[in-house]
Amino acid sequence: MEALDIARWQFGITTVYHFFFVPVTIGLIFLVAILQTFWHRTGDERYLRLTRFFGKLFLINFAMGIVTGIVQEFQFGMNWSDYSRFVGDVFGAPLAIEGLLAFFMESTFLGLWIFGWDRLKPAIHLATIWIAAFGTVLSAYFILAANSFMQNPVGFAFNAESGRAELTDFMAVMTNPVVLATFPHTIFACFMVGGAFVAGVSLWRMLRHPGDDGGDDDGAFRTSFRLGAVVLLVAGLGTMISGDFQGKVMTEVQPMKMAAAEGLYEDEAPAAFSALTVGTLDGSEPLVEIKIPHLLSYLGTGTWDGEIRGINSLQAEYEQLYGPGDYAPNIPVTYWTFRAMITAGGVSMLLATWMLWATRGGRSPSLSTFSGRWMLRWAVVLPLLPLAANSFGWIFTEMGRQPWLVFGLLPTSAGVSPSVSAGTVLFSLIGFTALYGVLAVIEVKLMLRTIRTGLPAADPPPTEPSHDPDAPLAFAY
Amino acid sequence: MELTTVWFVLIAFLWTGYLVLEGFDFGVGILTRVLARDDRERRVLLNTIGPVWDGNEVWLIVAGGATFAAFPEWYATLFSAYYLPLFAILVALIVRAVGFEYRHKRTDDAWKRGWDHAIFWGSAVPAVLWGVALAGLVNGIPLDADHDFVGSVADLLTPYALLGGLVTLSVFVTHGAFFIALKTVGDIRHRARALGLRWGAVAAVAAVAFVGWTAARDGDLAVWVAGGLAALSFVAGMLAARSGREGWAFTGTALAIMGVSSMLFLALFPDVVPSTLATGTLTTTNAASTPYTLEIMTWVASAFTPIVIGYQAWSYWVFRRRIGVHHIPA
Repeated sequence: MEALDIARWQFGITTVYHFFFVPVTIGLIFLVAILQTFWHRTGDERYLRLTRFFGKLFLINFAMGIVTGIVQEFQFGMNWSDYSRFVGDVFGAPLAIEGLLAFFMESTFLGLWIFGWDRLKPAIHLATIWIAAFGTVLSAYFILAANSFMQNPVGFAFNAESGRAELTDFMAVMTNPVVLATFPHTIFACFMVGGAFVAGVSLWRMLRHPGDDGGDDDGAFRTSFRLGAVVLLVAGLGTMISGDFQGKVMTEVQPMKMAAAEGLYEDEAPAAFSALTVGTLDGSEPLVEIKIPHLLSYLGTGTWDGEIRGINSLQAEYEQLYGPGDYAPNIPVTYWTFRAMITAGGVSMLLATWMLWATRGGRSPSLSTFSGRWMLRWAVVLPLLPLAANSFGWIFTEMGRQPWLVFGLLPTSAGVSPSVSAGTVLFSLIGFTALYGVLAVIEVKLMLRTIRTGLPAADPPPTEPSHDPDAPLAFAY
Repeated sequence: MELTTVWFVLIAFLWTGYLVLEGFDFGVGILTRVLARDDRERRVLLNTIGPVWDGNEVWLIVAGGATFAAFPEWYATLFSAYYLPLFAILVALIVRAVGFEYRHKRTDDAWKRGWDHAIFWGSAVPAVLWGVALAGLVNGIPLDADHDFVGSVADLLTPYALLGGLVTLSVFVTHGAFFIALKTVGDIRHRARALGLRWGAVAAVAAVAFVGWTAARDGDLAVWVAGGLAALSFVAGMLAARSGREGWAFTGTALAIMGVSSMLFLALFPDVVPSTLATGTLTTTNAASTPYTLEIMTWVASAFTPIVIGYQAWSYWVFRRRIGVHHIPA
């Protein structure tokens, strides 16, 4: 394998891995902030115990999110130095601003939240987690604006003398139609993960430890289950609506990605949505196909008869524009990740609806029943579904951009570091992958252990910052 | 002042801030295995930096991001040239941060011992390598006409660069020890001060040699002044520590790190990556982004940097209280 392929695998692995922790962080921090707000408002200790319980799980996850994020920033320069040279003038600014505005805010206020239970007034302590939560969303906007430039370069001019893309309109980069669609889609998808995580964990506790439900814990997990499930459903609706909007932007600015997502070779008007295709491995010859007439036209253009361009005519057009070459992304990967994303997200919403219905009005399915046993299994699967949908979505959108690194401007093959040998990249790929694998096992085990332990004691913090110089720390490493 | 110079100064400021702040984090991380005698003492040390280490590390992310945005060529050349050292630093920062967060999650000894190693090596490796990298950068690396690195790892490990690594390691340990002396009560506070004085003696010798070597190579008056101020601050910090004034001791090592960092960036300027070959040298001019990008970044930085410094300072104020073994919950 060449350095290019290894560097691409490394980017894929480190990015997908990083993005396991990102949606959990963004989704969960808001849910923890909501739970703490409920406690602050009502004084009901169940909310405090839930805040502490999900706060612990949040922190186990957050640690991984930060450290894998540093790798993300560094590998642009390490593996993709020619890319960095080409886009730095445009792409660097949102990245730097993300750090200055958002990362400082997240890390500092989260430090205050973790260690500040007895050092800050309750209202100020509550504010710290909301500020940190706001920071996570702010950082998402900047990094998505940078990514959107790669999908749909705007606000720049190519300077032939310096051989790079140069910023001409910062606001155009920040209001790229792609980021306006991608940002809500990503954030809603993150909330789906947070909601599904809280719902799945809570339901598992309810079923496995029925004592939690109405017993010692006085139904705390029932409350958090219902909160999580409702967040999942509302966010799911938001993900669908923003995804629909995003599909139209994509058809407009990256028609090849839409055609690849559908395995659509010839222009079609009206175009049918391919729900399922079993074909030859390269997707060029369908054997079994299920199609929904007119749906693709609607998804892509907003009208039931709009034209959707096919791969062949786009390929011909791009050859005219950019010279000879293969301008289609990997069709099976784009086709199937697109469907896997929609399916995983959709199934999670159906499950949440069923679970809400089965627990309505104080009902508790018992593990002695058939449906209760199945619900326990699905409670474990529930958080994994939107998480997988997030990964599939990113693999789809990044693979669908190929063969371009910056669409229409810089081919992926031209971005890799010329000074780094294949062996060196392979060495770091193996190193990161092995380390990430080990850490994943440790992280998941720690999560499961914390979930099995159940709700911690409420242990209410002082209503005024403690002035006793010898009082033990409220939270300590 | 030209915008490219402004951004050179700002990036120097961000790296300097990073070295001063995470410098004591690294020192504390190393000292968890050197100074602490048992688990409770180790936990005292970890809790002195608990609320702040993550915010300190963001200085690195912002320094890297600002370099990318203001001088893309600098970022691209430097990060691809220092590939293996940066890989080692990333692995170290990963296991160290996870160690901080996970160590206390279980009580069994094997678990804690494992993370103790992660925290120690995760702090020691970057403490050395940042010095090697910064000194090596000032020293220059072989670049071709496209500004791509054409050397090997051996070109990054010159004697001057290795001395730089020894300086950062020993200074960070001293800096961390004085930070512990400032933030703890009881026996550990006194031991930290004594250990800081011992390591400080090693650090002083290494730092004076390094300052002399840098200044002699460069010869610029500003480099001499920054290096001299660094040495003076360090000695003043040591004297303050001897007379039990821990706040001034820590201030002294902080100023010394600022001095050494300023000296290196002054020696570097106006280059950003000097080439040891006839080709490829990157300067603040040929590595820079366009004036338009720099202008936007200048607005954003001048509006938000003071706010960031403000709330970070506030968080240090909130956690100003000294801690000791009796504060550690079971």
